[in-house]
Amino acid sequence: MSWAGPEDVFLSTSLASYLDKKLLVLLRDGRKLLGLLRSFDQFANVILEGACERAIVGDIYCDIPLGLYVIRGENVVLIGELDLEKEELPPHMTQVSVEEIKKAQKAEKDATDLKGSMRKRMEFLDFD
Amino acid sequence: MLFFSYFKELVGREVTVELKNDLAIKGTLHSVDQYLNIKLENTRVVDQDKYPHMLSVRNCFIRGSVVRYVQLPPEGVDVELLHDATRREARGG
Repeated sequence: MSWAGPEDVFLSTSLASYLDKKLLVLLRDGRKLLGLLRSFDQFANVILEGACERAIVGDIYCDIPLGLYVIRGENVVLIGELDLEKEELPPHMTQVSVEEIKKAQKAEKDATDLKGSMRKRMEFLDFD
Repeated sequence: MLFFSYFKELVGREVTVELKNDLAIKGTLHSVDQYLNIKLENTRVVDQDKYPHMLSVRNCFIRGSVVRYVQLPPEGVDVELLHDATRREARGG
């Protein structure tokens, strides 16, 4: 049986059924991209039109516009079809500006960095 | 090809897919391909509070390379059949 044939594109596991729909693409680095799926291939390389990054820090979020994105398949974790009937996020979450979310992201990063460096310095205590 | 064939038998069953980033998703197995990419329907995330962005995702495609475990329904596992299939595959089909 050959696997690379063009008929593969029509296999039910292909992304064809998601074409032209609004999708959530989860990347390996934890980023979440939203956009319309315009093209894909067998490696899950995808092209997203009108892409934006959904940055979430605690209970605040922001959709940062990006434009047209070509995503290399190896970075893709999951591609989710959004249910348009349902709310995309829980009601307690509030949208903030790009500046605010960047600030919140930096604060969160600083906090984890600090925790990491403290832990490193305390390693001799061996508290696992 | 053994596991590809095996997963094809499980289409329509409820499975839980745990990813390498610790996200665990429960859903009905819709389809699987030769890379063991998986499509799930009626998905829900096991730890919903931790992953609010997954709230409105009902159907999803998971890249095979990021899967850590697939938890199967016990009745979906026929050990005898798997043994036979494994031996047949080891002999070269």
